[in-house]
Amino acid sequence: MKVLIAKPGLDGHDRGAKVVAQALRDAGLEVIYTGLKRTPEEIIAEAIQEDVDVIGLSILSGAHLALSRRVIEGLRRQKADQITVVVGGTIPPRDVQALLAAGVRRVFPMGTPLPDVVTAFRDARL
Amino acid sequence: MRDVILHAGIPVKPVYGPEDLAGRDFARDIGRPGEYPYTRGIHPHMYRERLWTMRQYVGFGTPAETNARFKYLMAHGQDALNVAFDLPTQLGLDSDHPRAEGEVGRVGMAVDSLADMEEAFAGIPLDRVSVSLTINGMAAPITAMYFAVADKQGARPERVVTTPQNDILKEFIARGTWIYPVDPSLRLVADLVEFSARRYPRSNPLSICGYHIREAGCTTAQEMAYGLAMAAAYVELMQARGLAPDEFAPRLSFNFTCWGKIFEEIAKFRAGRRLYARMMRERFGARDPRSWMFRTLIGGGGSAFTVEEPENNIVRGAYIALAAALSGAQTMALPTYDEAYTIPSAKAQLIALRTMQICAEESGATDTADPLAGAYFVESLTNQMEERIGGELAQVERLGGIVAAVKTGAIQAEVARQAYRFEQQVGAGEIRKVGVNCHVGERAVEPDREVEPYTVDPRAAEAQLARLRRLRRERDGAAVDAALRRLTEEARGTVNLMEPIMEAVRAYATLGEMADAMKRVFGEHKEAVRW
Repeated sequence: MKVLIAKPGLDGHDRGAKVVAQALRDAGLEVIYTGLKRTPEEIIAEAIQEDVDVIGLSILSGAHLALSRRVIEGLRRQKADQITVVVGGTIPPRDVQALLAAGVRRVFPMGTPLPDVVTAFRDARL
Repeated sequence: MRDVILHAGIPVKPVYGPEDLAGRDFARDIGRPGEYPYTRGIHPHMYRERLWTMRQYVGFGTPAETNARFKYLMAHGQDALNVAFDLPTQLGLDSDHPRAEGEVGRVGMAVDSLADMEEAFAGIPLDRVSVSLTINGMAAPITAMYFAVADKQGARPERVVTTPQNDILKEFIARGTWIYPVDPSLRLVADLVEFSARRYPRSNPLSICGYHIREAGCTTAQEMAYGLAMAAAYVELMQARGLAPDEFAPRLSFNFTCWGKIFEEIAKFRAGRRLYARMMRERFGARDPRSWMFRTLIGGGGSAFTVEEPENNIVRGAYIALAAALSGAQTMALPTYDEAYTIPSAKAQLIALRTMQICAEESGATDTADPLAGAYFVESLTNQMEERIGGELAQVERLGGIVAAVKTGAIQAEVARQAYRFEQQVGAGEIRKVGVNCHVGERAVEPDREVEPYTVDPRAAEAQLARLRRLRRERDGAAVDAALRRLTEEARGTVNLMEPIMEAVRAYATLGEMADAMKRVFGEHKEAVRW
């Protein structure tokens, strides 16, 4: 299983992204991390080129709804919507349903224990 | 008996005694407060003469909203301001840039031009308050705007006190608001330091931050070591410009965090002050005692706070305030109890301010300078912390120095490794968090309905865009173009860019236009992604 951990938008906080990336790698997954400040288009292109199964978006600035929608719509347009999208970060509870409705498979808000995140990724196709 | 290991990796014994201080010279290593090497604090009587400054981090949506919040905090006794900017502003993007969509006014105030800074500080006399600007990659143009507003208010330059963060190295390591490659970014840092030293002598043009690196995951000893290594790199940068340390070092300040184990934090600051004083005097030859003083903001770390049972964070904040007071803070800020999941509410901000005031007025922590001096444990831990910090500094040297280690991403990788290790320790229960991994109730606590997440008003972003459109329409376009052309030209050379930036600011060039004028010459940073 191959995973792309991605930082879309302008937010520079990458502690969570890097911690999750390390935990997934230790769990035996193949993990790529994009680095900071990538556009949804760049993330989609990298995900397709690297043929990943899952994109994990890490967003702490509050711009999660707009950014997640752009990634999911872009994947659909490129007929790559077999790639699962999950989102973690500073996600208020009231936005979780909106993200799921937009096509995000799983949301990991603040306080999600790391083992739960790893299990969710590892359970094939989430 | 269970083992206790501090974040810096130091084991703690159940009891300490005189044997733990054997071989130490009290006069040489500890001394008196206000005297070299300042282990006990930089002032002889510390808070008895002057309490720490209370400076909460504030910034909301539009300049007008920010202005209103400033006035609210000042009415409640806060005596200094700390401005948060939104991400487009921090990255030099105008509010109408496609990449700014959804981010305008979200994590702080949107600033597109001098007009916004004029509105943010309307009715706030800039010759009487001191204002920190949490801005780094764009520190030069934003600080230029601040100076221009002060000038328009009629404030004399020698009375203007502002502290732009301007610490780009820690942005590359931890906070991520870099724009240009490392070398031109450092040039801009030095331009602002030099300009301030010559023209705004009471301003503090560089605040060196261990804070964000620790928040990103490094240990206490690494936080201090990386902060000192960055300070040394900046001093060398200014020396290369022909400035002697005493011409700028008295206005250097620090920004460090404080959370977790109280005595470890106190020891970190006591050791850090001693190391900095010796570095400045012995390695860099500074003669002015003010150049030896580690003046610091101590901001409580949001990483200590939990999203579970958020009201417990108020209690954590009180311990942090106590630790920061006992650590010898010049300025203090506390995270707010709702910080783990939202932009702070006004209520949460006020509780944070009240926490510091209670510590100052009621607890007695301010009655005498460095009350823990001479304690077997604290002095021994200060010595051990000094050794650990020294070890981390040696490791930075092995990586080729802090600037080289930032360019290769080696420091970033180490910070990420420590963050993961910390998370594993929390998961294993080795680091205890009440309500998270110990004393967790059978039943989840009902969410407090008073804890309301901050909602961004979409009209605020629209208002900002309308202001920007009006500005572009009404300003003198020819003057803007000429100023921007000059800025690009000067960027090709080596002169100080603050004068051309001031000219562009006064012509109401936008921040994005100024950023792009320099980007044409400097290019953009390519991150070395290592984890």
